[in-house]
Amino acid sequence: MAAVQETIDQVKSIDVTEYKYGFVTELEVEKPAKGLTEDTVRYISARKNEPEWMLEWRLDAFRRWKTMTEPNWSRVNYPPIDYQDLYYYAAPKKGASPKSLDEVDPAILETYKKLGIPLREQEILAGVAPENRVAVDAVFDSVSVVTTFKKELAQAGVIFCSISEAIQEHPELVKKYLASVVPVTDNYFATLNSAVFTDGSFVYIPKGVRCPMELSTYFRINEQNTGQFERTLIIAEEGAYVSYLEGCTAPKRDENQLHAAVVELIALDDAEIKYSTVQNWFPGDAEGKGGIYNFVTKRGDCRGRNSKISWTQVETGSAITWKYPSCILRGDGSRGEFYSIAVSNGMQQVDSGTKMIHLGRNTTSKIIAKGIAAGKSDSTYRGMVSAHRKATGARNFTNCDSLLIGDQCGAHTIPYIEAKTATAVFEHEATTSKIGEDQMFYCQQRGLSEEEAVALIVNGFVKEVLQQLPMEFAVEAQKLITISLEGSVG
Amino acid sequence: MAIVTPLKTAAEQQLAQQYADAKAELPGGPAVRKLREDAFAGFEAKGLPHRRLESWRYTDLRALLREARPLATGPGRLDAARAKLAELALDATVVVLVDGAFVPELSSLEGLPEGLSVQTLADALVSGRDDLPRVLAGPSVAADDSGLMLNAALMRDGSFVEIAAGVALEKPIAIVRLFSGENEISVYGRSVVLIGDGAKATIIEVNACLGKAPQQLNVALVVEAGSETEVEHIRLVTDQSEGSVGVFSLLATVGAHAKFDSFALVCNAATVRQQHFVRYAGEHTEVGLRGINLLGGTEHSDVTLIVDHEVPHGTSRELFKSIIGGEGTGVFQGKVVVRQHAQKTDGSMKSNALLLNEGATMFNKPELEIFADDVVCGHGATVAQIDGEQLFYLMARGLPRPQAEALVLQAFAGEAAEFIADENVRALVMSEVEAWLAAREAASQVSTV
Repeated sequence: MAAVQETIDQVKSIDVTEYKYGFVTELEVEKPAKGLTEDTVRYISARKNEPEWMLEWRLDAFRRWKTMTEPNWSRVNYPPIDYQDLYYYAAPKKGASPKSLDEVDPAILETYKKLGIPLREQEILAGVAPENRVAVDAVFDSVSVVTTFKKELAQAGVIFCSISEAIQEHPELVKKYLASVVPVTDNYFATLNSAVFTDGSFVYIPKGVRCPMELSTYFRINEQNTGQFERTLIIAEEGAYVSYLEGCTAPKRDENQLHAAVVELIALDDAEIKYSTVQNWFPGDAEGKGGIYNFVTKRGDCRGRNSKISWTQVETGSAITWKYPSCILRGDGSRGEFYSIAVSNGMQQVDSGTKMIHLGRNTTSKIIAKGIAAGKSDSTYRGMVSAHRKATGARNFTNCDSLLIGDQCGAHTIPYIEAKTATAVFEHEATTSKIGEDQMFYCQQRGLSEEEAVALIVNGFVKEVLQQLPMEFAVEAQKLITISLEGSVG
Repeated sequence: MAIVTPLKTAAEQQLAQQYADAKAELPGGPAVRKLREDAFAGFEAKGLPHRRLESWRYTDLRALLREARPLATGPGRLDAARAKLAELALDATVVVLVDGAFVPELSSLEGLPEGLSVQTLADALVSGRDDLPRVLAGPSVAADDSGLMLNAALMRDGSFVEIAAGVALEKPIAIVRLFSGENEISVYGRSVVLIGDGAKATIIEVNACLGKAPQQLNVALVVEAGSETEVEHIRLVTDQSEGSVGVFSLLATVGAHAKFDSFALVCNAATVRQQHFVRYAGEHTEVGLRGINLLGGTEHSDVTLIVDHEVPHGTSRELFKSIIGGEGTGVFQGKVVVRQHAQKTDGSMKSNALLLNEGATMFNKPELEIFADDVVCGHGATVAQIDGEQLFYLMARGLPRPQAEALVLQAFAGEAAEFIADENVRALVMSEVEAWLAAREAASQVSTV
């Protein structure tokens, strides 16, 4: 690892060719005029054929957003975003609101095929054992294209559809739970999202049901100059269980695109939600040109007794990642978990972490965060563990480790540990290091090339988190990490 | 968009008035005068530090200082100070500051060893030394702290100590700051210790209040240690009168191949904010910052430190132990900065807190900010209760609960004091710790969690 100059040259030479999801699908799309006004909000609401209360809700959020200022406390740098120079809605013209897959534009189907996302149920059934099936909600720019296995899920009582559909079909559930975890005015980007959110998933697992298959949503940004405002709401009733996966990609473009999502999870008594993300938005090229700004508010509310929410994330994409999937541990005995791998290379900037807010009695939480920074990237872990005065017996274990590859990158740790009850037991440990020369020597001496050795060591470093991912994702994630670090070793 | 016009609090307005009234008589030549002006302008722009400022998140000075007390202009009555000095019985070269003013008759300035010189800060400020602006500025990471700006603008007196190169002082230098506590006053003071290359010194800083009136204190110690120096700094913040608010800063710049250790004990304090800013000015230097906080009642102790590894091959160690009872609040905010060229940095930071009963609070924020890859840095932070098994072990052997607790707590806190090299000083520190624990034991206070 001595060849510092070599590392720099190597990093310089990485091209975006590594990003294999960077193609563009040519489509005729429908979008409103650029910019954000009340009319834009009305347009989106009308396009989605939303009821009056939803429009009012959006307009209210929009008015509040106008009074807010963009936060700047994170350790990321980007030129000011011109919110009037964006499209807030983009939907493929052909086959809007399709009844079945046959009505979907073949170009879109082709896109998902290229991305390796199975949308045809029979195709999935063909080669895969039934227990490994995954239901998919595919969101393309601002609309949900298709949701698979809906019927079968409905038999179990599970509602899995796009949020737009849920507003139409299940307004009582949406009204009850929407913005109950992330209030409309929670933060600048959440308020913006509340005004202009377009699509995302809605999941409702009724009492006592264990969701019969993995649910997943695949987000794709395709259009130029378009922001994607995803809204996802997952509710697990008493004793329910669901595992939800989320994947994201975008084409290579020279300009930066905004993805401002809000994800809300609600777990009632004894319920469990497992939420996994493999985030692979276009990270920009080696010079930092282009890429997605991923400004996301994700929060889970363990509302019931002994409920559990677990976040697992593998962050390899995005020019800038700014997100803190959090857990509010409200129910007595509830548990929050956060497992994260953040890999940054090139000019990427990551400011991510979690908040574990202990409110109920005997609540427990665990945080394992692994940051790997290479190239000229910056990776920050920012997290908070707090125990309220009444959260007696709160217990937390936090471990955040950073690995630095090359001397142009930065790794930072900013944890907040706040104990307001004397019965809390909080442990926090963090380390930062580079790959040990002895480890490299050991591997290379046994015939591995330098890159292979780094890949092996890195995989060992992140193993704890990878183990938390569902099988299908774990393999993909492992590959992704290797690709993301390609060319970072001197 | 709403335009926010910062409103000045009553205290901020009073401070502006105090500065305007006092600036003509505050000591210093043109350079110092300019420094004061700049510092106060900086302070006015920022205002008193408040909780929306990241580094003052847990100690809201704007809320704590409802009004600015009158500036102290000279020492109060000296008899209590004399008694306190006798009680301390320091075997050291003693420099006494009462209510911020240098008191020659209580200080031991005669027969100073060769290579040691002591003068008042006021004299040094007037002297027009060339190095004053640099010395007073301290590490760059301290530059934007508005608490320090206020100190720079209003500093009146203190001591200015110089240790010549190659001198190994036999006796420690004790800077004893006593506050008479007769009236409600505010004290802005600063002391400077310049240590030449290869010199060895122990600096003891005593801060104690003798009366009952609440004080507003903002004092700083500037240490500039040359290369190959060995410096030990001990700070005691004890017996602060109820309602007092104290800001104690340490600005240290340490040269190459040097060893700098600092230890701070806070007990029987009111509201204390300590801030350590340490800069590595040379390679292969070891810095250790450690401390013990013993809190009860409504006491509040904030330890905020920034260790700035500017050069390669630096080692830093931080260890802070807090024992918090009553409605006490402990804060630890540590930040280790490793700059891009500071390869081979070895940093480790630890904060451990024991909460004794409901009502006690601990905030930990151990930060790492790393821009170099070939480093080993780590931090750990824990918050917990007295280990039930340890208590059981002791009580099973016949110790009553209060005594068993005192023993466990003494061992817990003592870990940080073990690093004090000077035996006499370590004994002095531990005697304060033991006195605090004994008082607790005598009151039969036991942990209720």
